[in-house]
Amino acid sequence: MDTVVLLTCTGLGLGALYFLVASGLSLIFGLMDVLNFAHGALLSVGAYATWWAGTEGGMSFWLAVVFGTAVGTVAAVLLELVLIRPLYNRPRDQILATVGVGLAVPALLMGIWGADSRPFPQPAALSGTVGLFGAIVPVNRFVLLAAAALVLVALRLFLSRTRYGLVVRAGVEDRAMVTALGIDVRKAFTLVFAIGGAAAALGGALSGLYFGSVHPGQGTSLLIFAFVVVVMGGMGSVTGAAVASVAVGLVQQFANYYTAAGLGDLSVVVLLAVLLLVRPRGLTGRLA
Amino acid sequence: MTERSTLIYRALRWWPIALLILFLVAPYSALPLPGLLDGPLGSPGSLQLIALCLVYGALATGYDLLLGRTGLLSFGHALYFATGLYATDLAMLELQLPFAAAALFGIGCSISLALLLGSVSLRVTGIGFSMVTLAFAQAGSILVQRNPGGVTGGEEGRAAPVEMLPDSLVGIENTANLYWIALGYLVLTLAVVHWTVNSPTGRVWEGIKENERRVEVLGLRPYGFKLVAFVIAGGLAGAGGVVYLLLTGGATPQAATSDATLALLVMVVLGGSGTRWGPLLGGVLYTWAGHRLGDLANSAAIADLPAVLRVPLSQPLFLLGALFVAVVYLLPGGLAKLPARIRAGRSNADKVGVPGPAHSLEGGTT
Repeated sequence: MDTVVLLTCTGLGLGALYFLVASGLSLIFGLMDVLNFAHGALLSVGAYATWWAGTEGGMSFWLAVVFGTAVGTVAAVLLELVLIRPLYNRPRDQILATVGVGLAVPALLMGIWGADSRPFPQPAALSGTVGLFGAIVPVNRFVLLAAAALVLVALRLFLSRTRYGLVVRAGVEDRAMVTALGIDVRKAFTLVFAIGGAAAALGGALSGLYFGSVHPGQGTSLLIFAFVVVVMGGMGSVTGAAVASVAVGLVQQFANYYTAAGLGDLSVVVLLAVLLLVRPRGLTGRLA
Repeated sequence: MTERSTLIYRALRWWPIALLILFLVAPYSALPLPGLLDGPLGSPGSLQLIALCLVYGALATGYDLLLGRTGLLSFGHALYFATGLYATDLAMLELQLPFAAAALFGIGCSISLALLLGSVSLRVTGIGFSMVTLAFAQAGSILVQRNPGGVTGGEEGRAAPVEMLPDSLVGIENTANLYWIALGYLVLTLAVVHWTVNSPTGRVWEGIKENERRVEVLGLRPYGFKLVAFVIAGGLAGAGGVVYLLLTGGATPQAATSDATLALLVMVVLGGSGTRWGPLLGGVLYTWAGHRLGDLANSAAIADLPAVLRVPLSQPLFLLGALFVAVVYLLPGGLAKLPARIRAGRSNADKVGVPGPAHSLEGGTT
């Protein structure tokens, strides 16, 4: 029983991480048809900024997380304004440009801070464990869960209650119609990139907490599972991404524990394949 | 057009044949190409690098069958390359098959895997397809790295068994033979791509690339046609894996990573997607630049630079990524469309006040 509880908490923590990456990815894709390959780079930027602020910058952990998230947000806005916006009429080239950024940024991080993992500053309050139904669970799993839940609620409130959220939702449904109504979708693009970047950078900061270290390739490896989550959840659906994140995180953890290590990653892909065979449009039935 | 210029024009149409002959006799030449190559043209080191460039040129050409000809943005093409590579190597090491049989086995594995995974991933269209192919390729990459049953050798990879390869394909003095094999693989790939693209199936591919819905309206099911393209491209990539195995003498997990597919994508876009020679040109340039940039990064000139310049310049992937962004921006259509762009630019300059169509060179979008 305690193993199951621990695996569930760890799986949910991992799922929370996936959700932080995938929510922005899903919104950006839904609104702009851009598969943002630089999203993993944004995560890495957030992770490294947090690490830098927490160690060399001498900030407290929470301040460092805020700093890392802010840096990631700025990076995302810059990415949108400088690289994505000029290619407005060329969706495929937008994707390709993000592929280039996704290659270049981790390489740059590697050039500056080296290819090895850097130990991540763990505040004393978060490095402990809690007893839950007889299992000893690290506290940081709950931090991740809380952060993901917060982002999910904030995103849903933003999308359903604010004017900009309405524009974004409408844009995801039918971009052409929103433009025809005289609404500047480009502002919504920048906004969605900022939100996505903030979520990814927060994910990066917390992934340091989860894995205990940061390294340049971290963003890219998480990004691939975030892609799986986005496809499974149905493109452009934040709620779908949340459900798929939980499923993927749990399946991965349980399969890794009860079968050979590494089979968890494979079983996620098998899960994706099965889902596509049964429901080609993902969980929420949205068109790809 | 005058008689003479027609004649020259006709003669110029045979340039690929002339170039092929030049490439065929290259191992006999001792021409030094300083800056381009380290040693003279016919030296084993140079031949090895040229052969590698040709293999990647061919791989990019095969990959473009999906991207540029059918409009399928696959992010998992490296999986079929790695399958050909590993399956051939393992057939020799574990099943003790002779090389020729192992090569056929490897290519067969690639084709079967492409058929299996293609039939699943083509159930989703557009960018969903890209992500699904990426997920499959990632699973393959993880599988290779986990080293199940000690078969793949994990991070180390597995060296090809020298004693099971034909004598003429082993050793530094036989590099020319490997070079010719690489050249043969390139010619085969170009022929297959050219032939299939100009076949009735190829015309349907073009239709799918332009507008998939329209093909459906015409009463054709795009799924089957896309699967054919996927399987042919997968088989070509598998054959490339066999040539790569001979050339590098082993299978390493880098071949299976998603970076390997992204490299193919960069090559195709750099050279010009959907053109006959563009992907080949891009593959050759990328591979050559990758090697020379590696040398550059280790050179003394870079080591003496201040950190602001040294750090980015010492990362080949950073340079390639930045170069890629620049190509997407400044050269839509890639290098192959460059002459046409220059010509268009000139004629536009003649007509004062008529700006050129900014996005006319852009290919179809999914």
